[in-house]
Amino acid sequence: MALVRLRAPLSELAGGCRELELDGATVAEVLQALEREHPGVKGWILDERGSIREHINVFVNKEYGREQTALGPDDRVHILPAISGG
Amino acid sequence: MTELLVGTKKGLFVLQGEPNAGFEVGARAFAGEPVEYAMRDARTGRYFACVTSAFYGPKLFFTDDPSGEWEQAQGLELPEDAEKPLIRLWTVTVGEEDGLVYAGGDPGVLFESHDGGLNWELNQAFWEQPTRPEWNPGAGGMCLHSVATWPGDPSRLALAISAVGVWLSDDGGQTWRYGNKGLYPRYLPEEAREDTITLCVHNLHRAPSRPERLFMQFHGGVYRSDDSGESWESIAEGLPSDFGFPMVLDPADPDSAYVIPLVADMDRVTPDGMVRVYETRDAGASWTARGDGLPADNAYLTILRQAFDRDGSGAGMGLYFGATSGDVFGSGDAGATWFTAATKLPPVHSVRVA
Repeated sequence: MALVRLRAPLSELAGGCRELELDGATVAEVLQALEREHPGVKGWILDERGSIREHINVFVNKEYGREQTALGPDDRVHILPAISGG
Repeated sequence: MTELLVGTKKGLFVLQGEPNAGFEVGARAFAGEPVEYAMRDARTGRYFACVTSAFYGPKLFFTDDPSGEWEQAQGLELPEDAEKPLIRLWTVTVGEEDGLVYAGGDPGVLFESHDGGLNWELNQAFWEQPTRPEWNPGAGGMCLHSVATWPGDPSRLALAISAVGVWLSDDGGQTWRYGNKGLYPRYLPEEAREDTITLCVHNLHRAPSRPERLFMQFHGGVYRSDDSGESWESIAEGLPSDFGFPMVLDPADPDSAYVIPLVADMDRVTPDGMVRVYETRDAGASWTARGDGLPADNAYLTILRQAFDRDGSGAGMGLYFGATSGDVFGSGDAGATWFTAATKLPPVHSVRVA
C-alpha cells in the first residue's frame, strides 16, 4: 500500500483525512482508489479523462510522478497544487 | 434591498444595498479562487457559482445562503474520450420548465439539469455536432456564454459561442442549426467571410416581450434579429465603437438595448478615457450615451461579457456593471444617472442581480 498525503482543500473533500493508505500499482491506480473511497475528490486531481490536472503536482517520495509512475508498498504520494497563479 | 453577485478573479463578493444609499460587501465566498459567474435562480432561491480553480479545474457550486456552505453540483464533465477536459463554465441560465437549468462552458458545451441544478448532463446532440472538429476558440477560449430561452416555450433555444456563432433549436436541444446569416466577421480575409463558422459572438439576448427579436454584441458589430435568430441586421451606426462585450435589455421594451463600447479588439478599454453606457429605445436606429455619474476622464476600463445586468424594468430599472479595475457601477433609473457601488474589488468577471 502507498501512503497518500493530502492538503486542504483535498483533505477536506476526503473527510478530513490528510494521510491515507491506498492500494495501487501506479499513481493513476492509487488516485482512482482515492476517488472510490472518497467520491468528493472525483474530478479534483484527475480530470474526466483520467489525466492529472495541469497544475497539480504529484510527488512520489521526492520525485515528480505521472499517471503511470510505478509505486511500491512503502512509497509516499504527495498531492500538491503547483507553484503558479496570479 | 438589492443584492449583487460579483464574480471576481479572487472570489465571489455579495454586495448589498440600495441605489441611493450605497452598497457594502455582505458576504464573500471562494476566497482566492476565480469566480467566473454567479447567479440566483429566482424560482428556487438557489445561488450558483462557476468557480475555475487554476489547480482543481472548473466546478459549479450551489447554496441557498451565499454566506454559508456551498455544495458541488454533479455531472458537469465531458466524456472520458474527449480531446480536452472541461475548461471553464461561463453561464448558468434558467430554463422554461420547472427544474430546468442550463450551463454553458468551454469547449463550446451545453449542460442541462432537470432537478434545479443539483445534477447535470451533457447535451449530447450539441456535443456531437459534425462540424465540432472545425470549431475555433476566441481569445477567452471556446466559450458558450449565452443561452437565450423563449419565454413559455422550452422547445426554442438560441445559443452563442465565441467563436462558433449562433445555434438554434426548435426541439428543446435535440437538434441544432446555425443562425448566422448577415454576420460580418471583418477579422477574417474577405474571401473567407461568407462561409465561415468562425463567428465570434460576444453576447446574445432575447427580448422577452417579443421573443422573435434578439440583440447581439459581436466581435466588431452590434446586430438585431427579428426572425428568431435566423438572420441579422447591423445596428451599430451611432455607437463610438462596435466592439464590446456585455449587453442588457429592458424586458418591458422590446426596442431597448444597452451596450458598453470599448475602443476595438486591439485596445479593449473604454474610448477617450470615458466610461459610457449606450442605450437604444428604437431597436438600434439610434443610440444615446448614458454617462452621468460615471468616470469621465482618465478612465480606461475593461468590462467583460458577463459583467453587466439589470434589476426590474422600465424607467426605474436598475443597471449594474463591473470592470476589471475592480469598480462596480450602478444606476437606479435605467441609466439616466449612475453611482459607484464598489471600488477596489479584484478584477470583476461577472455581475448579476440576485
